Amino acid sequence: MRGPPVTEAARDVILDVEGVSLAFGGVRALTDVSFSVRRGSITAVIGPNGAGKTSLFNTISGFYRPRSGNIAFDGRSLAGTAPPERARLGLARTFQNIALFRGMTVLDNIKLGRHAHMRTGLLDALVYRGRARREELELRAEIEERIIDFLEIQHIRNAPVATLPYGLRKRVELARALVMRPRLLMLDEPVAGMNREETEDMARFILDVKEEWDVTILMVEHDMGMVMDISDHVVVLNFGQVIAEGGPAAVQADPAVVAAYLGAGDLGRRLSGPEAA
Amino acid sequence: MTDWLFLTEVFLAGLGSGALYAVTGVAFVLIYKATRVVNLAIGEILMLGGYAFFGAAAGWHLPAWVALPVAILAGALVGAVVERGLIRPMLGESPISVFMVTIGLGSILAGFVQIVWGADPLRLPEFLPSAPIFIGEAYVAPKVAYGFLAAMVVVTAFVLGLRFSRGGVALKATAADQAAAYSVGIDVPRVFSLSWIVACGVAAGAGVLVGAIGGISPTMGVFGLSVLVVVIVGGLDSMAGALVGGLFIGVVEAFAGTFLGGEYRFLVTFSILILILMVRPYGLFGTHEIERL
Repeated sequence: MRGPPVTEAARDVILDVEGVSLAFGGVRALTDVSFSVRRGSITAVIGPNGAGKTSLFNTISGFYRPRSGNIAFDGRSLAGTAPPERARLGLARTFQNIALFRGMTVLDNIKLGRHAHMRTGLLDALVYRGRARREELELRAEIEERIIDFLEIQHIRNAPVATLPYGLRKRVELARALVMRPRLLMLDEPVAGMNREETEDMARFILDVKEEWDVTILMVEHDMGMVMDISDHVVVLNFGQVIAEGGPAAVQADPAVVAAYLGAGDLGRRLSGPEAA
Repeated sequence: MTDWLFLTEVFLAGLGSGALYAVTGVAFVLIYKATRVVNLAIGEILMLGGYAFFGAAAGWHLPAWVALPVAILAGALVGAVVERGLIRPMLGESPISVFMVTIGLGSILAGFVQIVWGADPLRLPEFLPSAPIFIGEAYVAPKVAYGFLAAMVVVTAFVLGLRFSRGGVALKATAADQAAAYSVGIDVPRVFSLSWIVACGVAAGAGVLVGAIGGISPTMGVFGLSVLVVVIVGGLDSMAGALVGGLFIGVVEAFAGTFLGGEYRFLVTFSILILILMVRPYGLFGTHEIERL
């Protein structure tokens, strides 16, 4: 039924969320949510608090099972795929409240990102020293040369993560996600709680990740300035439903979006007002 | 001079029983680390191991080197069933509820062995060499010495395995942050299952050693109480703590039993427990932010 142009577009889509509904008991967290993420884009999911953004992320990660609907990654349905398998497929994420492994150093945290891809088993590690060593050395080189340098965290690589300030922890989390060699990187509020300078740094890193690493980005973010600056596509959630989607400018002008945000205070004004330089 | 020899013998006997505390403590810590479940049934699983060995060696007349793996496998199987059937469905419930489930499990296991094997204490068939062992001039009961060796081998294997294997890394990551572990591709439910399977297998193996030294009975599960003291002293989530705490409590109990009388052993151990809880509620080696029980 679908003509060639649609197929063309389908090949262009890396993540396809279709009709996803999620409920916790009687509370409907997501209702018939559909949108798609274009390969190589930065797509932002915005919406007032409690709109279901993090629930949506957790559903895509496989932490929650949707009541109905389907999520396809790279043309392959993720139904029945456990989170570790999704990680192997190239789905990486960070968390709103920063989920790092306490008690480990920055380097160990980052190395754990490769866990899903490591082929060395316990026996290999004991017997076939060659393979285990080679894997470890390759990983080390990649992390040291590429990721740590790129994110400018050389000076803290051997520090325990617990001692780091907030902004740096966010960066370590991003580094760990990058080691996973993701094809789709999901960032849950990457600049929440950051000052202007830290926010600008993070925005620059996200843009560079997209350009240099060829990674598609899906992010949840409250910082409207940043969302409007770097996103290609914006999806607006309210009460678990998609109320608008499109380019940043179009979404900003959408009356439904403005209405949804008016109750949320000055976000509404910032959305509908002239964009800050 | 004789006095010193006697003290040395008491000390060595204490190390012997302490090693068994340590290995059971390691099993306890493994489950706690991975799943945050305080498994009070560990003493009963240990007891079940002793009885499984008895059943295989005395009932089926299997040689000891077959009966021991049978006991360990029986423990592992119980661990798998318990994790899947009782603990996994309790995921997300309050820690106290899960704690109560393990207490109930302990009673069920104690009742089960009583139905199958009766309430009277039993002796395990002899399977350890019985030639007396002397360290210097000090005499050590051979069973205690072999128990000590076996326990130390297991504890060492655990500490090394946790540090150097990918499974150990997965366990540490799961212990630190389950969501993060899940998201980097660690199969968290599998870590849960394996930790219960391995821990219960180890506890059952320890039960064979404990039973070989002191015989088996349906009240053998009180061994778990001393192990609880051991892991609280050492820190609920610390393997090294289980080792040090186990040896320490073993030696203290040996001296208390010798100089104050057997009835004072628990008085001394639990006094230490109270002291530790007051001074370092997270144990000697534990992580500070551990929840209180």
